[in-house]
Amino acid sequence: MLFALLLIPIVAAIAIFLGSPSRITALAAALANIIVAAFAITQGSCSVSFQVLENPNINLSLGLYDGMSVIMLILSVLVTLAAVYSGKCPEGREKLWFSSTLLIAAGAIGAFLATDVFFFYAFHELALIPTFLMIGMLGRGDRKAAAWKITIYLATGSIILLAGLLLAMGHLDSFAFSDLKAIPAEHQNTVALLLIIGFGTLVSLFPLHSWAAPAYACAPAPVSMLHAGVLKKFGLYGILRIGMEVAPEGMAHWLPWICVLLLGNIIWVGLVTLNQKRLDLMLGNSSVMHMGYIFLAIAALAANGDNEIAKPAAVLLMFAHGISIALLFSLSAMLEEKTGTLEIAQLGGLAKKAPAFAFLFGLAGMASIGLPGLANFAGEVMVFFAGFADWSPKDGLGWVQITTIIALWGVVLSAVYMLRAFRNIFQGPLVKKTSDACDICSCDVIPAYLLSAVLLIVGIYPQLILQFL
Amino acid sequence: MNPWLLFIIPFASAAIIQLGLKRSAMASSLLSTLSVVATFVIACTLLGSDQSDSWTWVKAGSFELNIGYNLDQLATGMMIVVTGIGMLVHIFSLGYMKTDSAKARYFGCLSMFMFSMTGIVLASNFAMMFIFWELVGLSSYLLIGHWYHKDTAADAAKKAFLSNRIGDFGFMIGILMLWRITGTVVFADMDGSALGNVCSCLAGAAILLTFCGAVGKSAQLPLHIWLPDAMEGPTPVSALIHAATMVAAGVYMMARLFLSLGVTPENVEILSYAPQVIAWTGGITSLVAALMATQQNDIKKILAYSTLSQLGYMVMAVGLIAPEAGMFHLYTHAWFKALLFLGSGAVIYACHHEQDIWKMGGLLKKMPVTAITFLVGTLALTAVPFTAGFYSKEEILYAAKGTPLFYLAAFVALLTTFYMLRLFIVAFLGKPREHGAKEAKEVAPIMSLPLILLAIMAFAAPHISQIFPVPTEWGFHFKILPDLNSSVFWTSIGVFVTGAVAAFVVYSGKDKDPINIPLFRNKFYLDEIYQKLITICQDAVAAIIHLLDEFLIGVLLVGGATRSAQGVGNIFRRFAQNGSLSNYAYLMALGSVLVIYFTVFA
Repeated sequence: MLFALLLIPIVAAIAIFLGSPSRITALAAALANIIVAAFAITQGSCSVSFQVLENPNINLSLGLYDGMSVIMLILSVLVTLAAVYSGKCPEGREKLWFSSTLLIAAGAIGAFLATDVFFFYAFHELALIPTFLMIGMLGRGDRKAAAWKITIYLATGSIILLAGLLLAMGHLDSFAFSDLKAIPAEHQNTVALLLIIGFGTLVSLFPLHSWAAPAYACAPAPVSMLHAGVLKKFGLYGILRIGMEVAPEGMAHWLPWICVLLLGNIIWVGLVTLNQKRLDLMLGNSSVMHMGYIFLAIAALAANGDNEIAKPAAVLLMFAHGISIALLFSLSAMLEEKTGTLEIAQLGGLAKKAPAFAFLFGLAGMASIGLPGLANFAGEVMVFFAGFADWSPKDGLGWVQITTIIALWGVVLSAVYMLRAFRNIFQGPLVKKTSDACDICSCDVIPAYLLSAVLLIVGIYPQLILQFL
Repeated sequence: MNPWLLFIIPFASAAIIQLGLKRSAMASSLLSTLSVVATFVIACTLLGSDQSDSWTWVKAGSFELNIGYNLDQLATGMMIVVTGIGMLVHIFSLGYMKTDSAKARYFGCLSMFMFSMTGIVLASNFAMMFIFWELVGLSSYLLIGHWYHKDTAADAAKKAFLSNRIGDFGFMIGILMLWRITGTVVFADMDGSALGNVCSCLAGAAILLTFCGAVGKSAQLPLHIWLPDAMEGPTPVSALIHAATMVAAGVYMMARLFLSLGVTPENVEILSYAPQVIAWTGGITSLVAALMATQQNDIKKILAYSTLSQLGYMVMAVGLIAPEAGMFHLYTHAWFKALLFLGSGAVIYACHHEQDIWKMGGLLKKMPVTAITFLVGTLALTAVPFTAGFYSKEEILYAAKGTPLFYLAAFVALLTTFYMLRLFIVAFLGKPREHGAKEAKEVAPIMSLPLILLAIMAFAAPHISQIFPVPTEWGFHFKILPDLNSSVFWTSIGVFVTGAVAAFVVYSGKDKDPINIPLFRNKFYLDEIYQKLITICQDAVAAIIHLLDEFLIGVLLVGGATRSAQGVGNIFRRFAQNGSLSNYAYLMALGSVLVIYFTVFA
């Protein structure tokens, strides 16, 4: 069953390459994956494995290792469907477009289903190749530069990560997640540092973030959706899954640094986001900014491994952010199709012409700034509670509490840039670019409605997701 | 009746309108109005009941946040205010918004607001209150921006949301601190004595940070700037949200907090320095807003500043550890301020959307029902004996007695009389000055009926003690007959007479404002100052940070690394010459596989 999740997109991608109708095949594969995933999750854990190598013992084993894998799988299949549906493929490039999209999805699903470190790492690398291709060949704007930048960054990050992983593996019995345990204390600091830098680069942790926004702005919509929404969560998943297990004291050792860097994400990048003039760059930066909140949960967990709230908070926010940013990138691609521009200053009054579109964008924007009733708020508020969970009021404020307080200002910052953008694009009088725009037709936005519904349902009843943990 | 219906009915109404009825304006407006009538009836049946229930919203280990309701006199009384005024505003809107092109959206948002406000009032814990706190902010944002194609409305909506967000920043920190100090966010389990166990600076900070939420929502200085601008929304919305209910939520929240912590004048020291700060914030807000109100010309703006000023009164009462006086004033004020706003709505409607009082005049003859009900509201606001406003203002003055705030409150009362009578004299007496006022005629019964009912409440409200949103624990009772020996009574009579005489002398029979004080007229230039501050502290800093981000990190840090890599790369380029990007990508993949291979097998 779990192999099917991996094979469906790969086989579909090959079929598209061999000439099967690309859009239909991709959609069918994405839908089939949702159904299979639903079956796999409801039937409980069904892990499969076969041996790839005898010495060292490497097994390709897939499984729903725990609730975190389940949630990331749900996120992956949902965003994949929406991604296949989104964006406008240039004439004649359908093969590359749809097969790459499916391969990215396959890589992400593989990484989250892997139950050992080796394939966890390998699947992520696999997903990066079609990402580079898509940005470099089918992207917009300065696509070559963006493709190079993301390539260099992520490759460097991956190598550092690999070094950290190998160093840690030297002290462990096998690559399997179930064998992960704390390594000897004297190596923990080094391993933790390597993992933070390695995974951090992949998650665009400040100051290693500058690849993200230009890459998302240049990438075709399905790629920015899949990367910002799903693939980027790989790094956070990795820290929670591996970093916290093998080097808990090392993570605690670097706590002040994590706090400072995550504030870099929230406040520094938040201010950078505020100054963006293009919607796609703004969204790209906002996605970088919001990684800070998930790191805040990680910081709370690093400070005290017994913090009950931190991990569920991080996972819920990873899920919510993935859905909301994918929705926003999908809508922003639609906006460009409609009006021919993403320069915020050139737009205005679009809600008059396209009310349904404005509603969807408003909902996604409100989700992303943490409005209650939508999934992101549930995640964020849990992160804040996690940040204070260990505080005893008789002592002064600790690192994590001070960080939480400063991080809360980010909630104001994100409201400022999102409402400014919404106001300038959708409200006010009509302008030249928007006066001929038409509303979305409902068949185009089925996936957008799907993602919005997920945001709403999870926002109203977060236990739906949290129950898996 | 199941109290959950109070949540379900308005939510269902909002959802059905949004999902299905958008195209049918008539059906939407009727559905929304019926839903609020139903909630009003349910709220009446729940009066005096004492129930609670909850379900788990999020759970992580032993940590839980719940959505639940908790009925007590404070909550059920407040529900009557919310649903009662809500109902009248819905009915008024049926007439006022009859020809609006987006009527369905308007009524959908109103239902959304009723849902969110119910959540604040009935919330059983702070986390839930915060959720609905933000949701009323959203409804308010949507309704202020109802005519979003107007730049002013769109800007006002954004300003309201952002000012509230700033308040909520502090509110959230306050909630988190209270959570750790008292060990819970559930109102019923909170224990004020825990505040005594931590250092007093921390206890005071926790209370004041929580109060930040009230500063945003109840538009206290320095976050008051959004409320006057919020008048860009349709007038019935201003009556319901920006006068009677939502803006009073801050006072309600503080009362709920004090009730949960068990704060009384005897154990007030557990709050440390917080009460003084709260009282003075309210006092200064009420004074500054009253001064601004004396020089405004827009009928809704005058009422908006008077709302600010009255909210300041309520907050001051809370700070003086007389939350019962604050809540009582909230209760009476809600009725007569809704009356005044709906009356101004009727005037604006009749004068073809003219809002400048200097272009009106003589409306008393043209629209007598509106004028007389408006006069009733004015008298209640200026605290004429035997009106609702008199009793509640008296309570606040009693609470302030013996402190400098008493003189401040009395002076504000004088200003209130002055600017409200100025409004009445200029707009309703004399002769019509412009076209709109000349053609004005009385509004339809569907709009005057709510006015009449509210005018009755402007007298009757203090006599229905069953619906007071004042907890029984506070043992609140007031005297129907004023105490003639009390200096408070004579002070309030004195300031009323002074204010009234001054208003008549200055404004009777005038065609333009004889007084011109630019400082008050321009709202102490606070909007301009804030604009400058935002431009400098936020936008300019953001631009600089953006520049640094591009250059420091993008060019120097990373660029340096890439350039040195490029140097090495130039050597290799001779061997693997300029292939296509896909080749590079595949080479890199091959490379990664090789690296893994070698490291694993080494």
